[in-house]
Amino acid sequence: MSLDKETVRKIATLARIKVDEDALEPLAGELNNILGWVEQLSEVDTEGVPPMTSVVATEAYQRPDRVTDGDKVEEILANAPEEAQGFFVVPKVIE
Amino acid sequence: MTDFAYLTIADAARRLRDREISPVEYAQALLDRIAAHDGALNSFLHICGDRALDAAKTAEAEIMAGAWRGPMHGVPYALKDIIDAAGEPTTCHSKVMTRNSVPDTDAHVTAKFREAGAVLVGKTATHEFAIGGPSFDLPWPPARNPWNPAHFTGGSSSGSGAALAAGFVPAALGTDTGGSVRNPASLCGLVGMKATYGRVSRRGVFPLSFTLDHVGPMTRTVEDNAILLNVIAGHDALDPGSAPAEKPDFTGRIGRDVKGMRIGVIRHFFERDLEADPEMAKSINDAVDVLRGLGAEVSDMTLAPLDAYAAANRVILLPEAYAIHEKWFQERPEDYGELARRRIMGGAFIRAADYVNATRVKARLAQEYNDAMRDFDVAITVSSMDPACEIEDEVEAERTYGRQARTPFNLTGAPAMSVPTGFSKAGLPLSMQIVGKNFDEALIYQVAHAYEKATNWTERRPPLAA
Repeated sequence: MSLDKETVRKIATLARIKVDEDALEPLAGELNNILGWVEQLSEVDTEGVPPMTSVVATEAYQRPDRVTDGDKVEEILANAPEEAQGFFVVPKVIE
Repeated sequence: MTDFAYLTIADAARRLRDREISPVEYAQALLDRIAAHDGALNSFLHICGDRALDAAKTAEAEIMAGAWRGPMHGVPYALKDIIDAAGEPTTCHSKVMTRNSVPDTDAHVTAKFREAGAVLVGKTATHEFAIGGPSFDLPWPPARNPWNPAHFTGGSSSGSGAALAAGFVPAALGTDTGGSVRNPASLCGLVGMKATYGRVSRRGVFPLSFTLDHVGPMTRTVEDNAILLNVIAGHDALDPGSAPAEKPDFTGRIGRDVKGMRIGVIRHFFERDLEADPEMAKSINDAVDVLRGLGAEVSDMTLAPLDAYAAANRVILLPEAYAIHEKWFQERPEDYGELARRRIMGGAFIRAADYVNATRVKARLAQEYNDAMRDFDVAITVSSMDPACEIEDEVEAERTYGRQARTPFNLTGAPAMSVPTGFSKAGLPLSMQIVGKNFDEALIYQVAHAYEKATNWTERRPPLAA
């Protein structure tokens, strides 16, 4: 399959791209190359192969799963109006 | 008096650390050399001389105070001009970018150089937006090959290649989407590494194709290249393609021999799929003989034909590139040079279905490569099929540009390095690629270094050297 100048003019209009008259011929050449590549791609058997975005298997980066309470119980409780045995003391809400 | 032009990084580092040479002297000598010779080569788009001397003075003070940071401390380097350095313009060698293109943040790799105390001397020529070229209708001329200025440097990291070969800097970065680090390395007689996809962050680098772009070190020797990769490699959570892989010392295996190493030769790339220039093919066969002579076990290796890789590479690259440029294409197409405009525009017309299929082909080819590599430690093949053509010979430049075997490794993501293998009768550099398994760059450096030591190609200098 081969594209001519008229077809290129039409698809350029559809894509809302301005292409000068003397650029139509070279662009037709580029597009014919592309059609050739697409044809070559169909020769590779991709049965059952999922599309990919990264060639190197990488897992999402995760920080180490460690408890990070900071071990600062006293510093944190220093801001509390009242504390007892390592806990905040709050007004009683249930009778 | 020290001849600074062709110091290796390894040598310069020792002498800087031991205070035998000063970073200021070093930077000044290279800036003077650039001023004297770059008029004929156009390797730099922008020189930041004052910034370089300031950085060199800082490095000098630190080293004098006993705070040597490592092998790049006080060493000059250059960046391909699609890589950001805070406060310096990033032009992408294009009229499109010449307005408002001064970034206020370093690219990840530039920040790594800054931490290492390296000295940025300037930004180097590229093909417009790293695609196509050479072009003569851009705001700056294309770089020329120091081995013969009538010849092409290869691209798109053209200026980085020219600057290294001319002895302007011992270190430079390029980028590689379809072979753009390894092409100028091949044609300018240099070592150029495209490390594993994800090994080096692309943050702060103007993209060409998100899923194929790599940033890579370019140097004159193998050891220097490993030193550079040590500086720029590493995980970056802000580049979605970056791999949280363990980072070895890439110089760690340098100096070990290759006895018993299993080396595959991907011969069909340059004998059947395409036919390399006879001098190029001979230099690769000679290199294989050298490695065999050093005790490596060599046998042929077969992959899919080059066409399949090239087709998938283009069908993925072009729409990804077009997506980046679409707005400018519609608003100000006249600001692009003819070649970049023609190349990138093709991306507007690739069907989404074909793009998706190309990514499946890519997966298939990557799997096939990984399977084939199970029987080998590294593999050798051609990089460029031909030595550098004349830069003004438009027909020959267009014909030879695609005659290469680099795109397979952008597609598979595997590490691939261009290594000098001698010179043509006309005095132009020849080369091969050594490729490896994912994240096994250290082994490539080991083999390349053994070969380099057994030959003397990286010790030759182009004629402009005084």
